[in-house]
Amino acid sequence: MIKIRGLNKWFGDLHVLKDIDMDVAEKEVVVVIGASGSGKSTLLRCLNFLEFAQSGQIFIDGKETNPKSRNLHLIRMEVGMVFQHFNLFPHMTVMGNAIEGLTQVKKVPHARALVQGTELLAKVGLSDKADVYPAMLSGGQKQRVAIARALAMNPKVMLFDEPTSALDPELVGEVLQVMKTLANEGMTMIVVSHEMGFAREVGDRMVYMDEGRIVEEGLPEELYSNPKNERTRAFLGQIL
Amino acid sequence: MIDLPWDFSAIPRFFPGFYVAALLTLQITFFGILVGLVLGLITGLMRLSKNKLINSPAKFYIWMIRGTPLLLQLMIIYYGLIDVVNISRMPAAIIGLGVHNGAYIAEIFRGAIQSVERGQREAALSLGMTSTQAMRRIILPQAFKRSVPPLGNQFIIALKDSSLASAIAVRELLLRARQMGSATLMMLEMLMIVGIYYLLMTTVLTFLVGRVEKRLQVSDYQD
Repeated sequence: MIKIRGLNKWFGDLHVLKDIDMDVAEKEVVVVIGASGSGKSTLLRCLNFLEFAQSGQIFIDGKETNPKSRNLHLIRMEVGMVFQHFNLFPHMTVMGNAIEGLTQVKKVPHARALVQGTELLAKVGLSDKADVYPAMLSGGQKQRVAIARALAMNPKVMLFDEPTSALDPELVGEVLQVMKTLANEGMTMIVVSHEMGFAREVGDRMVYMDEGRIVEEGLPEELYSNPKNERTRAFLGQIL
Repeated sequence: MIDLPWDFSAIPRFFPGFYVAALLTLQITFFGILVGLVLGLITGLMRLSKNKLINSPAKFYIWMIRGTPLLLQLMIIYYGLIDVVNISRMPAAIIGLGVHNGAYIAEIFRGAIQSVERGQREAALSLGMTSTQAMRRIILPQAFKRSVPPLGNQFIIALKDSSLASAIAVRELLLRARQMGSATLMMLEMLMIVGIYYLLMTTVLTFLVGRVEKRLQVSDYQD
């Protein structure tokens, strides 16, 4: 589904992604871990062209993507993104957020978008909040709306950039639950997260990044209980 | 009993006679603001462009207008350009006030647009929106809301600045006061009448801006 070859990204002099190669199969759930500054968020943002890598290739669903393309927005449409800080549109209701992509990008008629929006909100357990503005929601509810908003575009891949790290501990579970459901339904997902319970239960593969490189990868259970690399071991020791 | 040199009973007597002049003041202000809003939005967006060919003219306009007095700008339009175009008083006043306010409003819009978090644009783009769609649907609505308080402030300044049109012979409130003052030899009384008119108008304007702000707050309520 996603193939990355030789991806390099610099911020000025800072080399944040170093020769990244990565493959994500269809329906696979890959969990990316690593210290802050290891490049894991940047990697996700490059896949969605919110950042542009200086070299390397990204294939999505077999097609090579050209970051200079005028149709970048069409590529982004296939890749859903969930942000650490939700980034809901505050001037729109929950329903407005959920169907914005449908009505504006996919040009779905409003009435039909509403039907789809209702289904999506039911899926993330927020049917009763359709007419409420984001300011009235808890962090967990906001993140579930953000997931619904991204799902509305029917993306081929979903990227989650630390989706639960801005949440109060008691709200983490409800978001992970929605993500778990998605994974079980066969969504291809790349998740930057240190939620080990989620990684072990849902993740098909875990990738450890350090200083812009993929240092180690493997089954979450293996990487977790028996890391081969010294750095991986040190890092896991710190977060557990 | 001290004999005051003023006759304040003249104030209610002459007050209604300033009605037409007050309407002129309102007209200059209203159309001046309208021109200012259009110019301000265009140049504010131009100023944010990364393309030098687009942002330099906007920067130049803002630099020139903010760096010179409105009185001078009005005189240039009305007296200075007389050999090239003969613009009559009212249009000159409206153009002058509009061009002047456009520079300030451009900066208000620019600041408001820049104050919308980066993540908003990123979220819009990640849905597959184009840059233009993201600006129109996501960023501008939030920026407009944030510009209401400073815009209200600017409108009040514009209302008061319209008095400078008296210098190019527009018979708005201030010129009318000076003419009536000379005619009746009651300068302070006439100037006070005009002061009351300005206070009434700015009070109403402040109230209206407050109402708009309140209506725009529907999406801000926290439980």
